[in-house]
Amino acid sequence: MNKKLKDIKVILATDCGSTTTKAILIEFINDEYRLTFRGEAPTTVEAPFEDVTCGVINSIIELEELSGRKILIDDKIISPIDNNAGVDLYISTSSAGGGLQMMVGGVVKNMTGESAQRAALGAGSIVMDIIASNDGRKYHEKVQKIRQLRPDMILLSGGVDGGTKSHVVELAEIIKTANPNPRLGNSFKIPIIYAGNKDAIDDIKKRLEDITDLKIVDNIRPTLDQENLKPSRDKIHDLFMEHVMAQAPGYNKLLTWTDHPIIPTPGAVGEIIKKIAFNENISVVGVDIGGATTDVFSVFNKKFNRTVSANYGMSYSICNVLAETGIKNISRWLSSSIDEKNLTNRIANKMIRPTTIPQTLEELIIEQSIAREALRLSFIQHKEFAVSLKGIQQERTISDTFDQTMSGETLVNMNDLDMIVGSGGVLSHAPRREQAYRMLVDAFLPEGVTEIAVDSIFMMPQLGVLSEVHEKAAVEVFNKDCLVRLGTCIAPVGSNNNSTEILEYSFEFNNKKVEGILKFGEIVLIDVNYISVKTKLVMKENYTINGLSEFQDDIYGGEVGIMLDGRGRPFDFNAFNKDSIKDWSIQTNEYPIIDSVTTSDSLK
Amino acid sequence: MSKSYTPGLKIIENALIKKKRILPLSGQLHVDKNDLVKSDQIVASANIPGNVQMINVSNKLNIDPNQIFDSMLCKVDHEVKKGQVIARNKGLFGFFKTELKSPMDGILINVSDVTGQIIISEKPIPIEVDAYIDGRINEVYEKEGVLVTAQGALIQGIIGVGGEQKGTLKILESEKELDNLDLKSDLICVMSSYLDYKMYKKINQLGLKGIICGGIDYESLTKILGYPLGVAITGSESVTTVVVTEGFGDINMSERTFQLLNKYKDSYCSINGATQIRAGVMRPEVIINIDSDNKNIINNNNESLILVNSKVRIIRDPFFGLIGTVSNLPKDLVKMKTETMVRAAEVTLKDGSKKIIPRANLEVILSD
Repeated sequence: MNKKLKDIKVILATDCGSTTTKAILIEFINDEYRLTFRGEAPTTVEAPFEDVTCGVINSIIELEELSGRKILIDDKIISPIDNNAGVDLYISTSSAGGGLQMMVGGVVKNMTGESAQRAALGAGSIVMDIIASNDGRKYHEKVQKIRQLRPDMILLSGGVDGGTKSHVVELAEIIKTANPNPRLGNSFKIPIIYAGNKDAIDDIKKRLEDITDLKIVDNIRPTLDQENLKPSRDKIHDLFMEHVMAQAPGYNKLLTWTDHPIIPTPGAVGEIIKKIAFNENISVVGVDIGGATTDVFSVFNKKFNRTVSANYGMSYSICNVLAETGIKNISRWLSSSIDEKNLTNRIANKMIRPTTIPQTLEELIIEQSIAREALRLSFIQHKEFAVSLKGIQQERTISDTFDQTMSGETLVNMNDLDMIVGSGGVLSHAPRREQAYRMLVDAFLPEGVTEIAVDSIFMMPQLGVLSEVHEKAAVEVFNKDCLVRLGTCIAPVGSNNNSTEILEYSFEFNNKKVEGILKFGEIVLIDVNYISVKTKLVMKENYTINGLSEFQDDIYGGEVGIMLDGRGRPFDFNAFNKDSIKDWSIQTNEYPIIDSVTTSDSLK
Repeated sequence: MSKSYTPGLKIIENALIKKKRILPLSGQLHVDKNDLVKSDQIVASANIPGNVQMINVSNKLNIDPNQIFDSMLCKVDHEVKKGQVIARNKGLFGFFKTELKSPMDGILINVSDVTGQIIISEKPIPIEVDAYIDGRINEVYEKEGVLVTAQGALIQGIIGVGGEQKGTLKILESEKELDNLDLKSDLICVMSSYLDYKMYKKINQLGLKGIICGGIDYESLTKILGYPLGVAITGSESVTTVVVTEGFGDINMSERTFQLLNKYKDSYCSINGATQIRAGVMRPEVIINIDSDNKNIINNNNESLILVNSKVRIIRDPFFGLIGTVSNLPKDLVKMKTETMVRAAEVTLKDGSKKIIPRANLEVILSD
């Protein structure tokens, strides 16, 4: 990109999702970058259109209609700006056509296999399978799996530098035997990235160079206690552009329009989550819940992790959420009972007509109940994956006797978590922000003091890629127009010990003081904007906040406010009933009229 | 102006049908462009690589991996027979030699001097692709497959299970008919209402080819498959092929769909339950070949544009299944009872009442 950053005044960014292409317009107004308009249109990668640019153009036409700004001429983007027409910068992300689908290989599944998985996930791919020497499958089963899955590319790792090479060579031979065709473009050789023992490079080349598009990068695990993901991630991004994007319908044309390489949508969201964590020096959990998949990102102790729960989503995969969690776990979030058969049929109808939206309050409540379970299940998977490196020998002294942490322990510590950020249609487009707040708190069950935020209109992907080109614009728009700070959740740790009182609270803001007692099973919402609130919490019985019996600090309100969650941690659903669900809903102003949930929406 | 598309299931009596018949990997074609083909005629075939077996020669002969080439008695890409000696070590002073016999018929495809292992592949498995519908070969894709085109009735369902089948359409008015049928195993049953598990089981036991129905319970589908369907990607199940036209629940088949199927009862047709809603939007289908002089063939992809006067079906509660005509497309967003602001359409139903429905909850009826 040859443009000078200071000359960039109007930015167009699109995200080509699997169902919808979203376009946003960012303009430099009054000395700052702000989001001005947003348009969307169905994605057109699939038949009958088979050209992603049709959907991009349609979403831009909607932007033109809303903004009154001419952006296209003869279906081409006007750039640079010419008076009140055109844009200075055009960038895009994409997850259309199934996104980036990879297989990874490693000698030991939970060591190099897991490192390879982390690199692939961090680059924004879906990991279809991990092939490892110790995965328990027979040789022919691994060969069959590779042939059957037809990934876009394979990341092969294994062995520390200077270590044994026979196992990683065996994995290369498995790939050679399978001789897989890439998913897109039958006439192309499948890209393979080798990131294993450097001593095995010649042997790997001998086996794979002729039949695949082999790329060699630095070892992903040069030593047992060192993980080197960046070279692999960068190469995945390059190959995504060269191979996957270039094969997808219409992308060759789109690539000539953009001023920066197209990156996979989850990779872009990961970038923005990392920026929040590193800029504010906090630990963050981010989630992007889509129709087919749910991505969870976390940064704890400056370590970034991403997982994709490929079959938990709100439309295409909604029945998988039902199958995994069970109908009882979904209905427990409903304040009234619905016949099971009726409920499962309704959920299944959403799967087969994924673009429909709830028209009645009852349908909205059902969808938000499923979202809680999809988020909960995805977070469980994330906690299992976001762990410290496995296989490291740890030196211990006598003082460690009572504090023995194992290698491979989860990095996700809810007590240390500072912020949860939610994105995706069901959260960003929830009619009330209170609903998004509740879904995030109910699913992630934060402990202690945790800020909750959502992506206002689902634009984190575009800002993620923008941050790579024009960080100032990305940060300004992110803080002012994208991140909606809903408030702070206070959730004491401790279980119900027949005590009814959990804590005494006192909040001082805007020259007033709000005081009270939080009882077990209650949720109390304090209506206070995003301002500093002087807070004092005194715990009762066995309850603690951040391990302490008293908490005094300044915390922040938000668009919804401060939520005192008295349901205890760990959260035991058996302690509550349908009346509790109704009470929590009323206390948090979640839905319009809770008693009329079964009434249908019709014309007056 | 930006365009608003809605999903639409095709129910067309006289459609131009195009079917790509593609091999999963490169192979041979058995037809030429413009050939007339029957639905069960093989148009392409290929050989899928056979299963492989890995043998650790190094261990079995007690040699170092780098000595493997000196011990092998056959070459890579050569055929081996079960019981054939394929490797032998040098033994001790030329005596006490250990031999390795091939455990299977196949081809030696790899010898590794790093791992000390060899790989033998079983013989390739032949696969064939038929034309699926009666028609004409419109295009050929070298080594990959063909495009077959035909004129006929096309009915797309909303969800299905099971793969391609061909048979004769039989309208089933009651369960009792199944007991009295002069059964021909190639029948495809059409039920104007909903399919319960008991009925499916009966049809399955009779060995009929397929079922076309209005609705089905998710619970029944779970019993048919033996597991809950998590993601709507189907087609490879070993079950009687089912094509559901409306959705989940006790739903009747739409009148128009049933009338079309009834008109062509006793006709030979092709059905496929394969569904893939994401990335491909593949819906199950019923195709009936029609010898017709009607030149008014429907082949318009843009019909899914929603416009004033479009005939639509509402595809979500509370008016699920009702059919009407779009009488107005308000420009401004409309607030629903859920408090969501949506792009909506005013739909006039058959009884004359008008309803405001989110555009996303409408399906344009694509028909002739």
